[in-house]
Amino acid sequence: MSDSIISISGLNKWFGEFHVLRDINLDVASQERIVICGPSGSGKSTLIRCINRLEEHQEGSIIVDGTELSHDIKDIDSIRREVGMVFQQFNLFPHLTVLENCTLAPIWVRKLPREEAETQAMGYLERVRIPDQANKYPGQLSGGQQQRVAIARSLCMHPKIMLFDEPTSALDPEMIKEVLEVMVDLAQSGMTMLVVTHEMGFASQVADRVIFMDDGQIVEENIPSEFFENPRSDRTKLFLGQILSH
Amino acid sequence: MRVQRIWTDERARGVILQLLLILALLLVLAFIVSNTVANLQRAGLASGYGFLGSTASFDINQRLIQYDSTSTYGRAFVVGGLNTILVACLGILAATIIGFVAGVMRLSRNFFISRIVGAYVEFTRNVPLLIQIIFWWVVILALPKVRDGISFGDTLFLNNRGVRLPAPIIEDGAGIILVALALGIAITWQIARRARKRQDETGQIFPVVRTGFALIIGLPLVTYFLAGSPIDFDIPVAGKFNLKGGFNITPELVALWVALSTYTGAFIAEVVRAGILSVGKGQTEASGALGLRPGLTMRKIILPQALRVIIPPLTSQYLNLTKNSSLAVAIGYQDIVSIGDTIMNQSGQALEVISIYMLFYLTISVLTSLFMNWYNARIALVER
Amino acid sequence: MSDTAFHRRQAEMLPSRPAPAGQTGAVGWMRANLFSSPFNILLTLISLFLLWSIIPPAFDWAFFDAEFVGTSRDDCVGGAGACWAWIDQRIDQFVYGFYPAESRWRVNLAVLLLIPALAWVLIEKAPGARYGRWFALFYPVIATLLLVGGLGLEEVTTDKFGGFMLNLVAGLAGIVLSLPIGILLALGRRSKLPVVRVVSVTFIEVIRGVPLITLLFVAIVILNLFLPQNVSLDQLARVMIMVTLFASAYIAEVIRGGLQAIPAGQYEAAQAMGLGYWKMMRLIILPQALKISIPGIVNTFIGLFKDTTLVIIIGLFDILGQARLLQTNPEWIGEVDHETYVLASVFFFVICFSMSRYSIGLEKRLDTSGR
Ligand SMILES: Nc1ncnc2c1ncn2[C@@H]1O[C@H](COP(=O)(O)OP(=O)(O)OP(=O)(O)O)[C@@H](O)[C@H]1O
Ligand SMILES: [Mg+2]
Repeated sequence: MSDSIISISGLNKWFGEFHVLRDINLDVASQERIVICGPSGSGKSTLIRCINRLEEHQEGSIIVDGTELSHDIKDIDSIRREVGMVFQQFNLFPHLTVLENCTLAPIWVRKLPREEAETQAMGYLERVRIPDQANKYPGQLSGGQQQRVAIARSLCMHPKIMLFDEPTSALDPEMIKEVLEVMVDLAQSGMTMLVVTHEMGFASQVADRVIFMDDGQIVEENIPSEFFENPRSDRTKLFLGQILSH
Repeated sequence: MRVQRIWTDERARGVILQLLLILALLLVLAFIVSNTVANLQRAGLASGYGFLGSTASFDINQRLIQYDSTSTYGRAFVVGGLNTILVACLGILAATIIGFVAGVMRLSRNFFISRIVGAYVEFTRNVPLLIQIIFWWVVILALPKVRDGISFGDTLFLNNRGVRLPAPIIEDGAGIILVALALGIAITWQIARRARKRQDETGQIFPVVRTGFALIIGLPLVTYFLAGSPIDFDIPVAGKFNLKGGFNITPELVALWVALSTYTGAFIAEVVRAGILSVGKGQTEASGALGLRPGLTMRKIILPQALRVIIPPLTSQYLNLTKNSSLAVAIGYQDIVSIGDTIMNQSGQALEVISIYMLFYLTISVLTSLFMNWYNARIALVER
Repeated sequence: MSDTAFHRRQAEMLPSRPAPAGQTGAVGWMRANLFSSPFNILLTLISLFLLWSIIPPAFDWAFFDAEFVGTSRDDCVGGAGACWAWIDQRIDQFVYGFYPAESRWRVNLAVLLLIPALAWVLIEKAPGARYGRWFALFYPVIATLLLVGGLGLEEVTTDKFGGFMLNLVAGLAGIVLSLPIGILLALGRRSKLPVVRVVSVTFIEVIRGVPLITLLFVAIVILNLFLPQNVSLDQLARVMIMVTLFASAYIAEVIRGGLQAIPAGQYEAAQAMGLGYWKMMRLIILPQALKISIPGIVNTFIGLFKDTTLVIIIGLFDILGQARLLQTNPEWIGEVDHETYVLASVFFFVICFSMSRYSIGLEKRLDTSGR
């Protein structure tokens, strides 16, 4: 699979003696949308955090857009520039306005002129439907608005790949919808996305593949329709039973 | 009926309560004043601040302004106040450096460093400052005599009379160095402005900090040599029994300085540590995920947030250090309290001297809290 | 996209494997904590050098080269290490000052009784808490009686108080007496009545704005001026008054912090129940506010306790005063200058450090229970 934009093979990771990721192999094609699910503690976050080196792996290789992750700082920098990430807790910078949150990295990393960075940021804020909040501070926004700012902030770096780590699980139900809508838009625009989520509606609507993880390994992967209707492993069945009964 | 209504009316009750409080305070005040007046009369003491104009007739060897034994009590107080401010400024400078370095090192991943710094912090914080001041004083007094004192490269001498440093002698033409320094600062400021403008317009980043450092330090240095070294240093020379030349820092000042800055430094280290820890890990991760390098993350994300948490308690540590410098009286460093003590013993004007103490320290703390209010208003995070 | 290319199902679960060598265990620990980068290696080397140049000499001085037995300075002169020989003869004076030897058991008993009194106040589920609280309430009276005498116990004047005991008494009494005043000041500072507020704020800020030593000067040179001619307080009493006022300003700020942390809903609920101001405070607000203030109160106590050493400046013979007496005593002169201060530091360190650990632990407990 030479056309894959992310290629993970034989990935193993330990926290101390604890074997979190066990022999993970995963190829992601450009423009592909992947949803990762699995029980708590199965290593979903750890896996996607390895992709932009928020966590370091010990065995195997991760190649992102032709660059292999190593200890080389230059490589890490260039990969981080191409990979955007949205966190469960938003992690907006509370001392900067919404607009400043969105222009900080373009100005200091991509070295854009301020005006250009601001115009572009406003464009993305419009895309996530909150241009009117640009001059407020994160603390003045609702959770759903904050998460949409976080998405816009990542997009401002023009990433080729977006990672989402449970972007809606810190939100109230009515706010989940507004964030998911933005994510669906993004998926339809052709962004490569890896999304850790338990929103099965989102998965069946936009995912090309659903990956089920348990105990640090990929237990099952399939296209959404097959995955939901025809789960093959007992663990998947058990998990789906719990999720869907809610 | 009426009375009862007034007594159950909330507002009336408040007014009565306040009137009663004022009355009680006035009674206490009257009691104190009348007793004091009677007691002073009986002892034949005159009150008032007239004594500030009379001759002090004692010596002060640690002084920043001209003073001799024919000067007035008033001037002696000024000398003491300046000495307090001197040791407070020196202490604040050193304590800040010690505190920030120790606070960061205590968070170091290096096992030994974090433990060593932890031991320093805990030990210093949990032993009375007075013991530490006296201890350092005893240590310095126990240093070798001047004759066999310790010297560092024959320019800096350490002995039981304190520390002797080279004294700068300013000759003609030295002013140009100051001009160069001012120029360096001005140019740096201009560069910073231009750089910001250029970055806004073109996105190019200019290394302002490095260039600024080079200019502010380099320019005066170059001028110094070009102008033919107009500042000379009077380097102390070891004579037979005494050191000649240079200028001497007394053991009292050294002991007080070391003790105050290590003690307050330990408290500041805790403040700094808490400040850095208060910025969540998510901030660093989000910044990293956006592609910001660690240095930039520190400057743009962590520090601005940590400083908001650090500055208020840091200011109160500065205030504590200033108040604690009054322990100078225990080792005879001539700060305002110690000079006031002498004046009190000579003139017997206890009330007046103590009122001057209080006025002095209260002025400092009012100024500090004005700063704090201004700072807090400016920096408050906007919350929902 | 072909269906089968994506479909995958793992036949069986992979077992956990041990981490590769050098990642865990002693080697992994050292690699992560001591040698992870060149800078880290440098730090490790510097630390080892520091430890090596401080610890062995310190131990040599304090223990291996030290003189432990002897009756006078002659036994210590010329020794390379510390002179601890004085402890055997003089430790009583160091701890009790001039308190009469035959009555020292009273000091010990007072300290011993303090432990259950504190336990009943600080430990929530201590057995017998109902009676214990009363005991704690009366403890100050009992302790005063034991220390000063009366009710058949022989009277000991306060000028006999000294040594470490004086520091303990001044610190403890200061905190205990300052609690009620501090509570009133804190309430006053949050009062709706402007006069009450202004008076409280002024008092608190003036006291906190000046160094303790100036207040101690007030105690010794001014306080008697304020009183009628025929009334004269003894020196320790005057010092205690000023120390109490000093501590109460700091306690007031701690308690104000506690009051601020109580959500407005608590006040509203109490008012809705028909409780008046004082009932609301006594039954609902203060119990909660005081509980979360305990760490702050303990920290204030630590500070005050260390500050009690200042009494040497106004001529009381606390532990530092005793140290000075020993240093100038012809029997020991010149040999115990450092040793006495070191021992005094150890006394303070042990007490203050353990209390600050307690307060940190308590803070953590209160913090998690509040979430
Ligand atoms: N920094 C760390 N140190 C040690 N163990 C960790 C660390 N981070 C995560 N773990 C452990 O690794 C395992 C996987 O964590 P991870 O966060 O990837 O799970 P997850 O699948 O994202 O779960 P959740 O749905 O709860 O977010 C968990 O058992 C967790 O306790
Ligand atoms: Mg997770």
